[in-house]
Amino acid sequence: MAACRVSPVPPLQWFGATYVELFRNAPLSVLMLLFVFGLTKAGVGPYSFFASAIVVLSIYTSAFLAETFRAGINTVAAGQAEAARAIGLTFPQTLGIVVFPQALRTVVGPIGNLFIALIKNSSIASVISVLELSKRSNLLIDQQGVSPIPVFLGAAVAYLILTLPSGFLVGYVERKVSIKR
Amino acid sequence: MADEALVVLQGVNKWFGDLHVLRDIDLTIDRGEVVVVIGPSGSGKSTLCRVINRLEPIQKGTITIDGVALPEEGKELARLRADVGMVFQSFNLFAHKTVLQNVTLGPIKVRKTSKAQAADQAMTLLERVGIADKAKRYPAELSGGQQQRVAIARALAMDPKVMLFDEPTSALDPEMIKEVLDVMLDLAQDAGMTMVVVTHEMGFARSAARRVVFMDQGAIVEIASPEQFFSNPESERAQDFLSKILAH
Ligand SMILES: Nc1ncnc2c1ncn2[C@@H]1O[C@H](COP(=O)(O)OP(=O)(O)OP(=O)(O)O)[C@@H](O)[C@H]1O
Ligand SMILES: [Mg+2]
Repeated sequence: MAACRVSPVPPLQWFGATYVELFRNAPLSVLMLLFVFGLTKAGVGPYSFFASAIVVLSIYTSAFLAETFRAGINTVAAGQAEAARAIGLTFPQTLGIVVFPQALRTVVGPIGNLFIALIKNSSIASVISVLELSKRSNLLIDQQGVSPIPVFLGAAVAYLILTLPSGFLVGYVERKVSIKR
Repeated sequence: MADEALVVLQGVNKWFGDLHVLRDIDLTIDRGEVVVVIGPSGSGKSTLCRVINRLEPIQKGTITIDGVALPEEGKELARLRADVGMVFQSFNLFAHKTVLQNVTLGPIKVRKTSKAQAADQAMTLLERVGIADKAKRYPAELSGGQQQRVAIARALAMDPKVMLFDEPTSALDPEMIKEVLDVMLDLAQDAGMTMVVVTHEMGFARSAARRVVFMDQGAIVEIASPEQFFSNPESERAQDFLSKILAH
């Protein structure tokens, strides 16, 4: 996404900008509800709640990530990219070999913050999952007499699967920052 | 060396928006020739360098290098650019790479040279510019003069047909200017490199350049030998300009 926004190709720039603006400014809970319930209603799906939450959170967070990266890219002096082009590197090589690695250094801190936010945001998913699960489980219990306990256990596990890797990522990012300083 | 045209600019015009920065530039640079470009600030000297390897596109005219017209942005252009070395006022070494990596990057990624061979060649070049002992250092650990010599080695590593220098010494402390100019003189005189050099260093122009190109307001006003240009410039604008830079 960040590559789109700094690319010399206008349609890619527009795509990148639209994506970022759309998902960065929409409230997460609305996006979440839209995906989880809206799509099912529209006959697309039904996807599992877990998959929908992952999709929404990734889209949402990636919009912020893209902006953070773009800021990082802009801090890498234009002279660096120019020198790369001058020795004959192509545009993708210039980004991948010269610009991104340097941009990454300047954005590790902000990205750490983003992942922390991601964890917090996943709690929105949990609120919705409670809503949905209670509805679903009531339904299940009513219609088929299934016990709700395993269903809630499943939800807890799903939540952990969502948060634990994020926690590891934050740790990883923080280690990187500490190396740099 | 035969007087064979290597870089040919014909009717080159460039605008930045409404600003006409290059006006009908006609200039032919022969193989092995050293041309010094001089002129007041904003006259288009940097832009002239930048259009020769098409870091900036032109709106009118043609530029050929060794008989090949510069293509549009893309893979082909990248390949052609590799044949044109460029040295910047602000060095622009890759800050996250060591000196050696700075010099080997182009040969490995663009020329597809093996790592071992690229490193060998790089060390030879670093010796030539007198900085082999710093091969493992990062740019930030080097002085300006040392960084600029690395930048010259980085450009040379691509085995370019022509080298462009955009005010290579004007960001340097006085005591480091000579070490860079010496490397450039060596390139011009011993290696017979074709060079376009934007500089106000008259000593360099006198000893290395065959022609001086004087630019003002985006146009070439005068082309003359260094002796003639510095002692007896034809155009009033050149006289005016020289009296100003000679004043301090
Ligand atoms: N990217 C750009 N966008 C808009 N205008 C530009 C750009 N680069 C240069 N210019 C303008 O083009 C004109 C020529 O600039 P250029 O840098 O080629 O001059 P110069 O002769 O190298 O000057 P100096 O001696 O100060 O380096 C100037 O008026 C400058 O402001
Ligand atoms: Mg300039």
